[in-house]
Amino acid sequence: MLEKTYVGVSLTVNRRGDVRPRTIFWYDPEGEIRKYRVDRLKHVCRAASTKVGGCGMRYTVVVDGRETFLFEEDGRWFVEGRA
Amino acid sequence: MKSSIRDFQRGRTILHCDMNNFYASVECMNDPSLRDRPVAVCGSVEMRHGIVLAKNYLAKAYGVKTGDVIWKAKHKCPDLVVVEPHYDQYMKFSRLARDIYERYTDRIEPFGMDECWLDLSDSVIPADGKKTADEIRSIVKFELGLTISVGVYFNKVFAKLGSDMRKPDATTCIPYKSFKKIVWPLPVSDLLGVGRSTGDILSFYGFETIGDLAQAPERFLTDKVGKNGLMLKAFANGEDTSSVKRSDYISPVKSVGHGVTGREDLRNNEDVWKLMLELVQEVGHRLRQHGKLAGGVSVGVRDCKLRCCEFQCRLPLPTHSPMYLARAAYSLFTRRYGWDLPIRSLTVRAIDLIEDTSDIQTDIFTDPVYIDKMEKLDLSIENLRERFGDGIVKNAVLLGDTKMPEDRELQIVMPAGAFM
Ligand SMILES: [Mg+2]
Repeated sequence: MLEKTYVGVSLTVNRRGDVRPRTIFWYDPEGEIRKYRVDRLKHVCRAASTKVGGCGMRYTVVVDGRETFLFEEDGRWFVEGRA
Repeated sequence: MKSSIRDFQRGRTILHCDMNNFYASVECMNDPSLRDRPVAVCGSVEMRHGIVLAKNYLAKAYGVKTGDVIWKAKHKCPDLVVVEPHYDQYMKFSRLARDIYERYTDRIEPFGMDECWLDLSDSVIPADGKKTADEIRSIVKFELGLTISVGVYFNKVFAKLGSDMRKPDATTCIPYKSFKKIVWPLPVSDLLGVGRSTGDILSFYGFETIGDLAQAPERFLTDKVGKNGLMLKAFANGEDTSSVKRSDYISPVKSVGHGVTGREDLRNNEDVWKLMLELVQEVGHRLRQHGKLAGGVSVGVRDCKLRCCEFQCRLPLPTHSPMYLARAAYSLFTRRYGWDLPIRSLTVRAIDLIEDTSDIQTDIFTDPVYIDKMEKLDLSIENLRERFGDGIVKNAVLLGDTKMPEDRELQIVMPAGAFM
């Protein structure tokens, strides 16, 4: 079961306004912050998350060699996380 | 129909896009755990007055209907999941859908929160109605996670009819050559513009289908249905030349009202004033949420014999101040209500809404500084309520008995059927 997991994100914006997520900050249940570097941004589009609900800009990123969706919805960011 | 009109009509490509089970779909979209369960979106969930505003297909299969009171719906479907409405989310998805439609045309006319007509006739690329409809459907599904039904025809009335014919997530094109075969057997109440009372009259006289209406004698229609009769007959014959009105996106909330049925009847002006003060808090709060100002106020009264009346007036200066709304509503009420009978229920509605950024013409008889002060006061009260709950600040008169039940049925009124 996946659930909507809100994360912190550091990002850069270029002169054209393109947004590039750089680091994802994930808060584990103990409150520890884990950092994940975004190795690659593969694709950006508007999309709904059919798995955990919600919709917004969807960033297809590569983290630790794995492809993941990172969503921005109304100013907050989330991943489809494992419960 | 003159052939020139027919030619003009047949050159048009009009889509009617309708989001399926809109409120319920948005709830299921945002919370996937609801998706495999029967869901009803209900107003005033905790209280007996709550009614079903929308339901998903699983709930529909149990016979749950829009307008059912909650206990009745639960009786039909014991596992029904009842959720509260989230209007901010509905507005968000309504706007996002509109953004998608705008990639195809700027001729978009919203009809309620979840429906729009799109006129593709003037598109740069000659429009293939069916292809475009299918494309829009799949984009809405991908980007918003919601399904829509689309009807395609060269007029608005049948395009709408088409979108109702197959749900969910379907495109229905009505071919011109065979529209009689497809449309005429449908019940007359399916036709846009045939409301409940017109439908009752027509079926009373044996006009059950759209085809019956199309062939109904004109005399009968003008006599029994009134001035809309001939228009409806023309609709049934596929003769609707009304254009898709380019309307700017405005928040679909046309008025914001709050009403309650008292625990006991209201018997005097003081009772009414106390209840109004309570009602306007919610109205003011909603106006702020939607970024609107009220240009007028309306007071709806239902007396103990359940007769209704409604009074309206314009406000000298648009506002979202609850206190100002309450005063206007109260003064309107005392001027107009004769107290023949005690009052069973009372509604205060903010009407003629405008964006609260708009430049407002002031009127020399109203003191904007005073209004501004009241709004600032209201805003601090609002902040306190947000932080500490609704009970933290109350008008002193409300410390007594307001005859207000615990539930608060919030009504957001969508545009009426004014489509012509
Ligand atoms: Mg709908």
